Amino acid sequence: MASTAVPVTTRRDTGRKPGGSLGQTIILHIVLIIGAIIMVFPFIWMILTSFKDISQTFVIPPKWIPDPWVWENYPNSLQALPFGRAYFNSFYISVIVVGVSLLTASMAAYAFAKITFRGREVLFLLFLATMMVPYQVTIIPLFLIMKQLGWVDTHLSIIVPGALFNAFAVFMLRQFIRGIPKEMEEAATIDGCSRWRIYWQIILPLLVPAMSALGIFLFLGSWNSFFYPLIFLNNPELFTVPLMLNQFRGQYTVDWTLLMAGSAIAVIPVLIVYLIGQRKIIEGITLTGLTGR
Amino acid sequence: MAVSTRPDVQTAPVRGRQVSRQTSDTLWAIVFIGPQLIGLLLFSLFPLLSAFYLSLTNWDGFGNRTFVGVQNFVEQFQSPDLYTALWNTLIYTVISVPGGLILALLVAMGLNNIRGKTIYRLLYFMPVVTGSVAVSVVWLYLLNGDFGIINTYAQSWFGITLPNWLVDDRFVMPAIAIIGIWWGLGYNMVIFLAGLQNVPASLMEAAQIDGANKLQVFRNVTIPLLSPTTFFLTITAIIGSFQVFDQAYVMTGGGPGKASYTMVFHVFKQAFIDFTFGKSSAAAVILFAIILAVTAFQLFAQRRWVHYED
Repeated sequence: MASTAVPVTTRRDTGRKPGGSLGQTIILHIVLIIGAIIMVFPFIWMILTSFKDISQTFVIPPKWIPDPWVWENYPNSLQALPFGRAYFNSFYISVIVVGVSLLTASMAAYAFAKITFRGREVLFLLFLATMMVPYQVTIIPLFLIMKQLGWVDTHLSIIVPGALFNAFAVFMLRQFIRGIPKEMEEAATIDGCSRWRIYWQIILPLLVPAMSALGIFLFLGSWNSFFYPLIFLNNPELFTVPLMLNQFRGQYTVDWTLLMAGSAIAVIPVLIVYLIGQRKIIEGITLTGLTGR
Repeated sequence: MAVSTRPDVQTAPVRGRQVSRQTSDTLWAIVFIGPQLIGLLLFSLFPLLSAFYLSLTNWDGFGNRTFVGVQNFVEQFQSPDLYTALWNTLIYTVISVPGGLILALLVAMGLNNIRGKTIYRLLYFMPVVTGSVAVSVVWLYLLNGDFGIINTYAQSWFGITLPNWLVDDRFVMPAIAIIGIWWGLGYNMVIFLAGLQNVPASLMEAAQIDGANKLQVFRNVTIPLLSPTTFFLTITAIIGSFQVFDQAYVMTGGGPGKASYTMVFHVFKQAFIDFTFGKSSAAAVILFAIILAVTAFQLFAQRRWVHYED
């Protein structure tokens, strides 16, 4: 090939590359917009329905815009079941789970990343292996343990496992801490700092970006968690938001306006967290493949 | 130490310090790992071993537990419920995993190098952060056979009579799988997008210069270079699909009949409705074995199709 031909071809080629011709780009946008509408539509329909009068939900063809706007669906659904209480429960449980698990997981991650001790590799492999165990497989013995401890029908049954066991968080933070240069610690060691002070004053501040992404995920996971609360909690006073919504669905089977208001109440805090933290969430996923479920 | 008259007296204190440093490091490691280790032992490892043990007993949660050997497993394999649960779970896996991954790849390819990527990503990802119960309740209404908006418009716009999804035993699992695709699309797409960023544009250009058309570039450059991502997502998606439960529990209670009775539902029902912990543990062990076997097979088979760059 003639040496002059190469740059010409390349230039023409890169010029064409982003999405092809204008027509193609427009078609692509149309397809993607239709897709986006499908993705978001259930949320829109939920919100619209939550403001309708119940008679409007049994009309064919469907009425899109509420007429009149029935704001009372929200206070009504809040009163129908103790949603306020469930909110409080979900919120405080999630905050404790996120706080404590970030602390314990980062501590373990620090030891796995920076301290040499006998059995480290084996122990770390054990942590990795438990990530493979689906939580439904261990649910029966876990239930029996909770019964032994007297924690069934208390929030401890949800908080303690969440706060003290998260192999994934340990794994992710360990990878992150391994990237911190050795020199940062060595200076502190020479100054006579204890391991705890190195962790607390040097490592932890450097972990803030990683832990904020992880924290959002742990929060979403805890807020949305359904299986454990379903099995460990019976007293409606102790219910979390998903459990309460499930209860609600059982009692108001066809009252779609109240059900959609209830769903909106359950979803809105999560969507707010998502909209605020979406860049961190998506970057976090991209880096680690972590998931909130 | 100080009384020693041997020539290596000078190194002794140093060695002593090293030893104590090692001991103190081990102690620190115990302190640092302790909380998570207790959690791991108490909430994962011990329950896992107990699940194996319980599967060999006929315990009902009260009174004596009697060792019954493999009887629970024999009963499981003789029970039609197990096969119903396996079949329903399989329907979910077969629809939601390939459907979800192919769709996610297409969207990711569309979004790669396009203006407005961030806003599209924001919208497509929204369902991922939403909890299973809210998703179920909203879709319950969307898929309602009489007043659901999907069936209504399919009829009036296109003249298509769609099935009454959630009360039709042939369509309830496909419906739950479609919801699953919608729910997980954003996650798979984001991971694919990250994978696509790692496919060097220079390679695609080189292929194009060599005269490959877009489809050929896709088949022979993009797909192989993306295979580690696809592999990761396939493993996660299949494991996740075997755990489907919440939607079936909230929307249909496993019904109509047993048409959405999944493997986890099978474990759940025998344990927490029938209180036959032994039998249920056997079902849980079977579920675990299936997940392990499928994952091991994928790890083995990856050599044939997953391409790692050296």
